[in-house]
This record gives sequence, C-alpha cells and structure tokens, in this order.
Amino acid sequence: MGGDEIMSHLPTIEEKQYLVRFNADTKSHLHVLDHDICLTKCPDKICTIFCPAAVYKWEGTRMHVGYEGCHECGSCRIGCPYENIRWEYPRGGHGIVFRLG
Amino acid sequence: MPEKFDCIVVGAGPAGTACAYELAKAGVNVLLLERGEYPGSKNVMGGVLYRKMMEDIIPEFYKEAPLERPIVEQRFMLMDKESAVTFSYKGLEWGREPYNNFTVLRAKFDQWFAEKAVEQGALLVCETVALECIVEKGRVVGVRTDRPDGEVYADVVVLADGVNSLLAKQLGFHREWRPDEVALAVMEIVKLDKKVIEERFNLEPEQGCTIELLGDATKGILGTGFLYTNKDTLSIGVGTLLSGLIKHKIKPYELLEYVKNHPMIRPYLQGSEPVEYLAHLIPEGGYHSMPKVVGDGVLVVGDAAQLVNAIHREGSNMAMTSGRLAAETIIMAKTYNDFSESMLDHYRLKLMESFIVQDLKKYKDATHHFDAFPQYFERYIPLLNRAASHMFTVDGASKWEKQKKIWRDLGSVKEKLKLARDVFKAWEVMK
Repeated sequence: MGGDEIMSHLPTIEEKQYLVRFNADTKSHLHVLDHDICLTKCPDKICTIFCPAAVYKWEGTRMHVGYEGCHECGSCRIGCPYENIRWEYPRGGHGIVFRLG
Repeated sequence: MPEKFDCIVVGAGPAGTACAYELAKAGVNVLLLERGEYPGSKNVMGGVLYRKMMEDIIPEFYKEAPLERPIVEQRFMLMDKESAVTFSYKGLEWGREPYNNFTVLRAKFDQWFAEKAVEQGALLVCETVALECIVEKGRVVGVRTDRPDGEVYADVVVLADGVNSLLAKQLGFHREWRPDEVALAVMEIVKLDKKVIEERFNLEPEQGCTIELLGDATKGILGTGFLYTNKDTLSIGVGTLLSGLIKHKIKPYELLEYVKNHPMIRPYLQGSEPVEYLAHLIPEGGYHSMPKVVGDGVLVVGDAAQLVNAIHREGSNMAMTSGRLAAETIIMAKTYNDFSESMLDHYRLKLMESFIVQDLKKYKDATHHFDAFPQYFERYIPLLNRAASHMFTVDGASKWEKQKKIWRDLGSVKEKLKLARDVFKAWEVMK
C-alpha cells in the first residue's frame, strides 16, 4: 500500500484485525453476565466503543461477543460500568498470537 | 512434569523470566509457566528496553539478543492540529557501549530471554494457564493449571502474570483496577525500507530514534502517542487512560488512525505497510495503586505489581529488576527454608529502596493531577504552539508587539493567574 493510499483510505478495524493471528478456542472466554443490564441500564454500551478489537457488538436487544478476535487486554473487564463481564484467559495456547510485538 | 518444584513462576514476560533465570542460575528448581504459544506471543512493547537492568541479569546481552536499534535520539513533540513544538536530545554516546536503550519486538526478544533461562536450567512450559493459586492454611503452596491433573506445587510462587493479574486479585492483594489506573495502548507495526527509515529519521545505519507525541496526538486526552524505529519496521501507537476513552467516547483504533494521519506524523509513515495490529493495557496507577506484593509463599513482580513509570515510559526495566530482587529473596529464603511472609518481605524492602519505588514515589500524584486538570493537554499545548508561531512568523510586527499578542492570547487576568498556578502545580507533582 502506498502512502497516498493510506491518506485516501482509512483502514477499518476489520482490516486491522486481519493483520493478527488468532488461534481461537471453540468456546468463549468472555461472558456477558446479564444481558438485561446492557439493555436497560447501559445506554452508551461503552464496551462497543473502547474495545480495541471491536469484540462487542450491540445487536438491538443483545450484546454479541466476538471473542475470537479478542486481544486479551482486559479493558472490558475493567471498563464495564456494571462489572457485567466475566473475563478469563483463553485456554493455554489459544487466543491471540503476536508474531512481532 | 514433576509435582513439586522449589519455585513456580507464572508468566514468561521480562519480570517472570528475569526471576526464573536468576533462580535457575543459583541452582533453584524452577518451573516457568507461560499461557501463550511461546513467550512474548501475548506481549506488546509500547516502549523501549533499557540496557542497564537487562545487563544486571545477562552481561553484554546486546551482543546476541534479538534487538532492533539502539536509540541515539529521543524526541518529544507537543502537538497542535497543524503544528508541533519539538525538542529532542541526540547523543552518539548512546550508539555505542554502554548503550542506553533499544527498540525490541517482544515476540522475538521474550523467546530469546526465556530460552536463556532454560539454558540455566529452568523448566519452561508454554500453552498453560495458571487458573488459581492453591492456598493451604493461608499459605500459597502451588497453582492449579488448565492441564489435565494440572496441580503443581512449590515452596514459593512468583506471580508475573502481568497487568491482568487474576491470581494476585484472587489472593486479595488488590481489588479490581479502576479505569483511571490503566492505560489502553493500541499500536501498529508498519513495514518500511531500512534505508528510508534512516533517511527519514536522520540516522546512521543501525541507529534508532524514538518520538513521544503529546497533545493533539491524543486529541487532548491524557496520554501519549509514540513512534519508534525498528530495523525495517516502525512502531506507531497511542495510549490513553481507559477512563479518558470512556469519558470522550473515542474508539482507540480511530485515535490510532488519527495519529497516523496527523500532518506532523504522516510524512514519517508514507509508503509504509501495516503488518501487525496490537492492543494491551499498561498499569499506570503508580505508587498509590501498588498492591500487596508479598504473602506466605508468594511474591508479585512486574506489571502485576503496577511497576510502571508512565512519565518516563519505563516498565520492562522495572519488571526485570523486580524479578531479580524477588529471586535474590527466594534464594535467601531457601537457605533458611523459610518462605513465610515475614521472610519474603525482604523483597518488598529491596523494592522500596530501589529506583523502582523511589521513582514511583516521585511521580505518585502526577498522572492523577493531569487527569483531574485536562487544561494542560487541551489548552496549554495549543497555547504554546500559537506562541511559537507568533514569535517565529516575520511579518513586520516588532517582537514587542508579538510578545504583547502572546500575552493577550493567555487570556484574562484571572486566566493568567490560573495558568501560573497550574504551572506551579505541575512543577510540584513532577519535582
């Protein structure tokens, strides 16, 4: 990609995520504890904004969690105003694999 | 694996590996657990590696370690929307022994470092999560892992599990971090020809440069951007307190794009191609956020103990030194065969006396101060840029007139007094 192209086209988060290697587990390590809290108490759905991998997507009535693309940074656990996310490490060897760092 | 070790170290980052290396070297039977596919596969380097603390562990490591570039110039840009006040120090003494610091890519460096610990006799086991500490009668006696029959025991456990230290939290050493105690850093590694990097950053072959970006780089949110030269890549990133992202409702990757496309930064990146995108938390709570670091049969080191100096972008050096101090304490405890909290407390005392806690103390109120008073980033950096622009624009107005204009730009008498107070307060929290 040339410099001019960078200027005319801002890469989306999806394109950024393509740069990363994931060894996703078959089950999620991120759990929204109570979907009602997201629906009724959290108008901002702030996790959909600050998550650096856009793992959280609001689908009208329910929070969808695309754990496969998680960077395991921990922001959602700390940043959720209702402590409504159970956050664990993915199983050993699974999850994100940085090649460079 | 055997069931009982002298010591289990959880996490093969700089803190855990430094600790395991020193222990193995002293003949201690040590298990080093890493949850990633390989050491470094979960780690991000939004900083530099300082030579001194690494050399305290492996003398002349730079002769064989996979490093990127020794840094000979450190620049700081105080940015407005279309301008920047830049200052820097360039010293060629940093380009030769003893070096000051290096850029590194963590996936490469951490693997090499962990391999060194293995050479000393540590047992490295990857792809294994330590789920919890096994506590018996108030004493940590081992860890339960996610492997089948995954309980392993030891005289002492070292928690080097990073900023998301679920184990230290499980032991009640700290409550959950607050969003203003952690910074979320996102970064991209972009590929660029070696020669182009050297020309663009005004460097001799193999030399490196770091640039810290303040002000408009983070749209005035408390935090910094950074642009570091690697061998044939650049690391471009931005880190702000998580609380700042929440308050301003900004997506971190959009902030990253903003920095990349900032007119002061874009020319450095022209023609480059992104090769990796990374996100990580940095523990930036400082001195006030340090958890309990010692218990019966357990020690906490590195990021897990909030050992980061955000003002000077130091962290991996503190991690390594804390790991080394923990190892020294464990070696002493082993000679007395006493791994009680009171014996292991020597580690805490060593930490308190070292540069680590001394530096954390020095800046104990700095982050909170700048967080509570956003005018430093939102108002004073643009003001400084305008002042420089006025002073250096030659348009027939006398320098006295220009000074008057700058003086007027500082605002009403009340605003000027506030500025003077803010300058004094900033000096107070930084002194």
